[in-house]
Amino acid sequence: MSITLYLPTVLAKLADAPVVEARGTTVGEAVAEVATRFPNLAPRLRDAHGRPYPFVTFYLNDEDIRFQGGFDAPVSDGDELTVVPAIAGG
Amino acid sequence: MPASAAAPPIPHQLDDLPALTPDEILRYSRHLIIPDVALTGQRRLKASRVLLIGAGGLGSPLALYLAAAGVGHLGLVDFDVVDFTNLQRQVLHGTKDVGRPKLASAADRINDINPNVQLARYETRLTSENALEIIRGYDLVVDGTDNFPTRYLTNDACVLLGVPNVYGSIYRFEGQASVFATSDGPCYRCLFREPPPPGLVPSCAEGGVLGVLPGLIGTIQATEAIKLLLGIGEPLIGRLLLVDALTMRFRTVRIKKDSTCPACGTREIQELIDYEDFCGVPGAAAEAARDAEFDTTPRALASKLAGGAPVELIDVREPHEWEIARIDGARLIPLGRFTEALPTLDSSRDIVVFCKGGARSAKAVRQLRAAGFKRVWNLAGGITRWSEEVDPTIPRY
Repeated sequence: MSITLYLPTVLAKLADAPVVEARGTTVGEAVAEVATRFPNLAPRLRDAHGRPYPFVTFYLNDEDIRFQGGFDAPVSDGDELTVVPAIAGG
Repeated sequence: MPASAAAPPIPHQLDDLPALTPDEILRYSRHLIIPDVALTGQRRLKASRVLLIGAGGLGSPLALYLAAAGVGHLGLVDFDVVDFTNLQRQVLHGTKDVGRPKLASAADRINDINPNVQLARYETRLTSENALEIIRGYDLVVDGTDNFPTRYLTNDACVLLGVPNVYGSIYRFEGQASVFATSDGPCYRCLFREPPPPGLVPSCAEGGVLGVLPGLIGTIQATEAIKLLLGIGEPLIGRLLLVDALTMRFRTVRIKKDSTCPACGTREIQELIDYEDFCGVPGAAAEAARDAEFDTTPRALASKLAGGAPVELIDVREPHEWEIARIDGARLIPLGRFTEALPTLDSSRDIVVFCKGGARSAKAVRQLRAAGFKRVWNLAGGITRWSEEVDPTIPRY
């Protein structure tokens, strides 16, 4: 499956682009595939054990993946995955 | 996309709403002629009590618009003093206010915009000890803070008291906004259960922010606050608005109320905790103490250089910061490229590393010490303190 990963500006520079194509059958696989291609981005997407962080939320087609099985959530061709890290500026 | 939850009820009885004076009727005429606001809505605003936490980037447009709109009672929490670096975005304050407490400057401006607004000033840091006391009695809280501990504190206090929290957050070109802690909606911990470790996400002071961005996000928060107070429209309850100013794309994603959330789900958080501790990392204090062992002060470095001692000065900031200000004789090695530059450094020489404020260079010093360098120090306070104490011709930024 090929899905589109949307990165915030703060992470986009680590992948040289704000929008990245990713391959996999689950969110976790797609994230791992992107992490392999962009090693500097990898630790900002998931922890050393490949698990999601509690301060970075992933949205699959605008729905929080934590309510769809987390990184095990299945993906379909053309799905959109949006990465939303916590920011605190004001 | 399903419609979000309806607006929470306004806790004011229609009969108890204050009347408007003829001057107020004239002032608010553009509201009064909107059927969705009308006289009753404007009287609701006059009866409303809104607490703004932070009178900075987000707090500026919030205070200006909520005051102008006729919110009857505004509370402001801030302990800071106006600084030159605030003026690029904090439009509540002016050049003449530099050095004044932000609340004094804010009070003058708000009083000028709308003298009908009653202002309560809380010139203090919001803490676990005072948060419940300050927030209690307000209809709404608007989160315009600039750090994770205060955001979690604000969230938990709002959940405990049942006071809705209009959230906004910014970094560089991007912003987030939502409405938390309504009776049926999610809270900030449903979105981000735990904060990132310190240092991972730079603050606006470290990473910068487009001056217009807090204007954009703050006015969205002000809009949400007014909608909630009036009970109109579809507030951002259960939705997170993501704003990217560079592409000018707005995206809304769903935030579900999490039944396992310790604040609003299981409600295991029954009292406010130590949020500095919650947002810190174990051992951070010990690490800071170890780092301090290898600090040198700007004056000590200046006298060493004046005495002709051979010192290699390494600047680990970014090239765009080097463009703004630099120390003569320093060599630029941005922290991100430090590892590859390590073999080019001479461990037999005295090395002093610096950055803007001392945090990035502390990391570089740790790296050098780990690599076996013994004669390496961190310039405490960075180029900023060097400018303050040694060479004022170097611009501060």
